[in-house]
Amino acid sequence: MNSKAYDVIIVGAGVVGCMIARFLSRYKLDILLIDKEADLCMGTTASNTAIIHAGYDPVPGSLKAAMNVRGNRMWDTLAAELGIPFERRGDYVVAVGKEELPSLDALYDKGMQNGVPGMLLISGDELRRREPGINPEVSGALWASTGGIADPFAAAVAPAENAVRNGVEVMLETEFQGFLMDGSRVVGIQSSRGELRSRWVVNSAGIYSDAVMHKAGIRPEFKITPRRGEYYVFDRADIAINNVLFPVPTKVSKGILVTTTVHGNTIIGPNAQNIDDKEDRSVTREGLNEVWQGARKLLPQLELKHAIAVFAGLRPAGNAPCATAGVDCKNDYIIEIPDSVSGLVNLGGIESPGLVSAPAIAERVVELLQDAGERLVEKHDWDPIRSPRPRFRELPKEEQKILVHNDPSYGRIVCRCESVTEGEILAEIRAPIPARTYDALKRRTWLGTGRCQGGFDIPRVVEILSRELGLSPLEMSKKGVGSRFLTRPTKEVEADHAEADV
Amino acid sequence: MLKQMYDVVVIGSGPAGLAAAVEAKKQGAEDVLVIERAQELGGILQQCIHNGFGVEIFKEDLPGPAYAQRFIDEVYQLGVEILLDAMVLDLSSGRRIYATSSQSGIVELSARAVVLAMGCRERTRAQIHLPGSRPAGVYTAGTAQRFVNIEGYMPGSRCVVLGSGDIGMIMARRLTFEGAQVERVLEIMPFLTGLMRNYVQCLRDFDIPLQLRHTVSRIVGNNRVEAVEVVQVNENREPIAGTEEVIPCDTLLLSVGLIPENELSRKAGVALDPITGGPYVDERMQTNISGIFAAGNVVHVYDLVDWVTEAAYLAGRSAAHYALEERRRFAGRVRLESGNNVRYVVPHAIDRESLAEADQRLQLRVSEPIEERVSVEVSAGEERIARSVHRYVRPGEMVSIDIPQKAYDTVQRAESLRVSIRSG
Repeated sequence: MNSKAYDVIIVGAGVVGCMIARFLSRYKLDILLIDKEADLCMGTTASNTAIIHAGYDPVPGSLKAAMNVRGNRMWDTLAAELGIPFERRGDYVVAVGKEELPSLDALYDKGMQNGVPGMLLISGDELRRREPGINPEVSGALWASTGGIADPFAAAVAPAENAVRNGVEVMLETEFQGFLMDGSRVVGIQSSRGELRSRWVVNSAGIYSDAVMHKAGIRPEFKITPRRGEYYVFDRADIAINNVLFPVPTKVSKGILVTTTVHGNTIIGPNAQNIDDKEDRSVTREGLNEVWQGARKLLPQLELKHAIAVFAGLRPAGNAPCATAGVDCKNDYIIEIPDSVSGLVNLGGIESPGLVSAPAIAERVVELLQDAGERLVEKHDWDPIRSPRPRFRELPKEEQKILVHNDPSYGRIVCRCESVTEGEILAEIRAPIPARTYDALKRRTWLGTGRCQGGFDIPRVVEILSRELGLSPLEMSKKGVGSRFLTRPTKEVEADHAEADV
Repeated sequence: MLKQMYDVVVIGSGPAGLAAAVEAKKQGAEDVLVIERAQELGGILQQCIHNGFGVEIFKEDLPGPAYAQRFIDEVYQLGVEILLDAMVLDLSSGRRIYATSSQSGIVELSARAVVLAMGCRERTRAQIHLPGSRPAGVYTAGTAQRFVNIEGYMPGSRCVVLGSGDIGMIMARRLTFEGAQVERVLEIMPFLTGLMRNYVQCLRDFDIPLQLRHTVSRIVGNNRVEAVEVVQVNENREPIAGTEEVIPCDTLLLSVGLIPENELSRKAGVALDPITGGPYVDERMQTNISGIFAAGNVVHVYDLVDWVTEAAYLAGRSAAHYALEERRRFAGRVRLESGNNVRYVVPHAIDRESLAEADQRLQLRVSEPIEERVSVEVSAGEERIARSVHRYVRPGEMVSIDIPQKAYDTVQRAESLRVSIRSG
């Protein structure tokens, strides 16, 4: 039982919740960020295409379009302040065959209406020059210079750490169960750790945002449908695509794209399949085949034998129509303080382009609170900066030498494929929001993501984690409750222990 | 204190690296350095506590650590220098080495000759495109072996093994010893991919069922493995609908193949054979880069450690000779080609003069098993220059054949040599 009364409790620590925590940490507020999982960003933020969209895709006039374009403009400053790996390398929508060309014009028009700067229609020849491996049938492309790629994990971890630096509290493995109400006013939440009181609650529960708002009795018709997308990840030693390549979009999604990541791996995906289970991130034979066929339409020379990982993510697709009359968008974002319940900032349906929009959504939440009469006073000592921690693999040799000289633990490679050192792992376990699971370390350091997929490093990481946390290796887990790596000591070790006890 | 220049630097201290270092030193190389990424020598042998090592070389049946220890003792006696807990990050074609270690910091040095002995890694779940969820409890057999034999912890209590590779079968037995229930071993191919002796000693003797032509079609469980769905496959290795069966378990071990570990070789410009995954080598185990040699599973995946040792002696000897500038007459190479039912042959080429010195041993793997009398033949055009007869050939078991010195004249005229499997 936590007797403290907060000003704001943020439910859900994906990229949106973490950004809101960071933007609100500027003001004199007691803020608590909670998540039901063992780490930040384990839902939609953990598995997506990691694109900073330019903004030509959402329906003009929708909240999605507004947040996308506004968010896109914020990323240079945001990434610099928070140390988020981000590259504004532009993106392409690729038309294959003459029949797809009109779709490019339609996207260009939408982009103009949405206020997307830096778009250009280019010829098939020009694209073939820029990306020689592209399908020779390419007839043209829409080039958007403001498109980019970012590290989606850092996009959540970095603002959350910055928020903690500025006084925000974080409680993980803390599940939202219901609201504490005083009449029609929210006064806190019931959680798996007991009652938590606050003047405001922000619903940033992602795939579960419908269930959270229903607990407050609002928008009973709103429903999140998990829409699964599957992906392949390729070995960067074998395939290196320099560009972000979209096909022309379909009615339901932006299609199966081929893109590079800030870590240099090419990824392909996602397909789009509506499912029922909000925890089902499994990949299917059919789905992977669909992804494969889709990507080969853009890059026929891809070879499946170079794939080193597969994964699936869930888009929290909502069904809220756009609030602006006359805008034909049936699955717009919800970002509101509802009329019928006070003390609640309600978000829902924040699917793609959620990553790029997250900082704009956070700013919008600040505005909503001000509009609701909340007097937000800036802290005089608010620090907007969060410095990234060193990544051995990315440093030039001279800097590697200095790093290892100053701290020998950076000289020991724990993950051979990605050259992740013990020093990096220790830094993440000792970080403001400590990494306490294997996957938390993986998302932060990129260990275990290479060719051997953790085959080499897992026993070593389990040993380091257990040593640092002062817990038995038996308690070490992949991703929190129910996912422990080991079941018991071997007979010999058990016998040794028994002997030692005697 | 490390030197700036070594005669021979060996990268990796598994059976290949140790034997190469021993032999290089014995052949007169003065400064020999072994770089090992772990905190002790021996490589993967240290976790192979089962026996079956040394039967060919020592005529003794040793466990892995004991086999390794013979060579470890020898490298120390011979005065080979050792750099432990160090990872080589870069290797140039000019044999400049860039490594990092917690003890010595960043290390840069050069070698007159290099022996690549990095071994191999296990194929993963993603490489066989295994569908389903991504919970804890899916391990490669080698990772599970390390947990059990080095760390002293069990990775699970109810296991299914996918793949009939040797480590998978050995771990099926090991986990059974430790009280785990091993439900079955699945193999997608219609034949065993590991050694028959391991099938007998690890599966049959412990009543662990082996299902050929079966694979895992889905992993179930969000946090920890709860079950796997197993399915029969057709001749194209595609699942046969209606044959699915769900097996409750908490662990799935993968023993689905090994891949030579050549990321470092690539950096030096070493050309790789897409079939073996290892460098193209000649009869001295030299790669296409002059002065860079390779030995053991980094070249191709062996079935027995004894053959690794034998090949590594050769690589170590060649590296020492190269470092000491003992140049030989070079008569040009003749290529070795894979004929009927031969998946690959190592070495990929031999020098025409090499037969003047000794018989030349070839090692190969077959594509398909043949469970009857067969002969392995080496021919130069129409002329057969070597033949050996075998009771059977199996993809899981390497085949050796020697080209005799008496074929010298024929080989001088040959453009290439072809290795084939013939019935009878």
